[in-house]
Amino acid sequence: MISNLQSINYYIPELILVGSILLAILFDLIPPLKKWNYYIALIGIVATGLFLSMSFGSDKSLFMGMIAIDSFSHYFKWLFLISTFAVLLVSHYTKELDGTHRAEYNTLLLIVLFGLFLMSSATNLIMVYLSIETVSIASYILAGMLKGNRASNEASLKYVIFGAFSSGLMLYGLSWLYGISGTTSFEGVRQALVSNGNPLTIYMSILMMLAGIGYKLSMVPFHFWTPDVYEGAPTPITAFLSVAPKAAGFAILIRFFGSVFSNSDLTPILGLEWPVLIAILSAATMTLGNFVAVYQNNVKRMLAYSSIAHAGYMLMAITVLSNTAIISVVFYLTIYLFMNLGAFFIAIFVENKLKAKTIEEWKGLGFRSPLVAGAMVLLLMSLTGLPPTAGFIGKVYVFSALIENDQFYWLLVVAILNSVVSLFYYFRIVKSMYLVGTDETAKVTPHPVILGCILVLSFPVILLGIYWSPLITFIQSIL
Amino acid sequence: MDSLNSYLIISAVLFTLGLYGVMTRRNGIAILMGIELILNSANLNFIAFNRFGGMEKLDGHIFSIFVMVLAAAEAVVALAIIINLFKNLDTVNIDNADTLKG
Repeated sequence: MISNLQSINYYIPELILVGSILLAILFDLIPPLKKWNYYIALIGIVATGLFLSMSFGSDKSLFMGMIAIDSFSHYFKWLFLISTFAVLLVSHYTKELDGTHRAEYNTLLLIVLFGLFLMSSATNLIMVYLSIETVSIASYILAGMLKGNRASNEASLKYVIFGAFSSGLMLYGLSWLYGISGTTSFEGVRQALVSNGNPLTIYMSILMMLAGIGYKLSMVPFHFWTPDVYEGAPTPITAFLSVAPKAAGFAILIRFFGSVFSNSDLTPILGLEWPVLIAILSAATMTLGNFVAVYQNNVKRMLAYSSIAHAGYMLMAITVLSNTAIISVVFYLTIYLFMNLGAFFIAIFVENKLKAKTIEEWKGLGFRSPLVAGAMVLLLMSLTGLPPTAGFIGKVYVFSALIENDQFYWLLVVAILNSVVSLFYYFRIVKSMYLVGTDETAKVTPHPVILGCILVLSFPVILLGIYWSPLITFIQSIL
Repeated sequence: MDSLNSYLIISAVLFTLGLYGVMTRRNGIAILMGIELILNSANLNFIAFNRFGGMEKLDGHIFSIFVMVLAAAEAVVALAIIINLFKNLDTVNIDNADTLKG
């Protein structure tokens, strides 16, 4: 076990990040330096990435077993860095945030990023709770960033009430896990549960844990906040919340269920049936997400329900939690990051330039902005899971993880039927863009930075759809 | 009845009261009070387990200190949001926050 002082040597990327958070706050306070806050945030993320790449391949347990620096958390940290960087870039050029405290906004994004880093590497019950709360509390403020806007205010209210409630439930479950085992480290809790656990109390703790983590994943029945928060929050924040905290939720779910409620060969401890529970929740999540999305007219709200449905697809792999399943879920999350961020960035552009919120108002975009509309079609195809896009490959890997373990064939049928339903509502946008006539013919183009972000995010979606083997080999080699 | 059990029963009662408060109250502040009860019931569990569960280390005590700090931080943010709601709507009744639905 590495002592606290020695741990600092292996904790440099996070320290750089904390340093840039402090610097960003300082710059915000000194009026002549205020405009540099944004660049400090960007440089902080880049520097963190540089130092992170230097620490690649290490596998250590730091701060007396509080957090693990391993390739699993390393990979997730890259996902968080990419999404925060992209959101920060785009936020700077969106009109929606004019008149808000942009410096505070940038700083809060960095704080969420730090919380996400902790979430992906937590190996202790205390750290699980602390990291989830760090992410949540900063996200509540970000969702309510537009102070005078009723929708944004309401979004943050619903977010904070649901968030505090579900993390309270999780905390109660954690207190029982601590009571049963007498320790807060994952390994210690697992050993205690195996030697003297009572199935009833373990099931209760599992349910309570699922409340806290499921709220981050927007898993049914903890999804109620998702559509309202996604609709009301500033769109860059919606894009961020739909990707990064969700990925972190999966990281913590895999690590927690893989090392506390599973034996070392990843089979459930004491032969408990929690995979069945997750299978049912997964089926409910994807079915609700897809079927309610059909009735939505607001684009952000529709994408919110679609992100609930995607959480359901990814939960499928958690039911088996084999090595291939973990690889498939990490692969899917990577693709999901590109396609969902891309789709939300296009929504930001349309909202800025056309003041369009509903699907009908997207009409004629195919002629007014052919490049962006083309990218949107590609991203929507990928979200549906049609070949030759990356979304298809991601789904194939998740489905094959289930088939390989010879379990839950009914879940597979539900997922395939759901994909068919999703085709309907995603292509309502395509129909509106290309098939509905409009009098407006003036060309519109996004700001170059936003356009650049959209194209950079769309490119991997088509590339990974055709040539995905290097990424999957890479994930296999590090996990 | 030994002392651990009585603490756990009190904590379970607190938890249920908190849950009931969150579910039934429509006033934003009252919902926050319910959430605080849930957090404190967990705190009581941690302390009771640590004190009477025959545990060598002080993990439970430390956990409960962290929970108190985070509960304070969460209350600050939640109250700020509710004050903002009051400025926008002239009420803290969450049923009046109904712009977003569907």
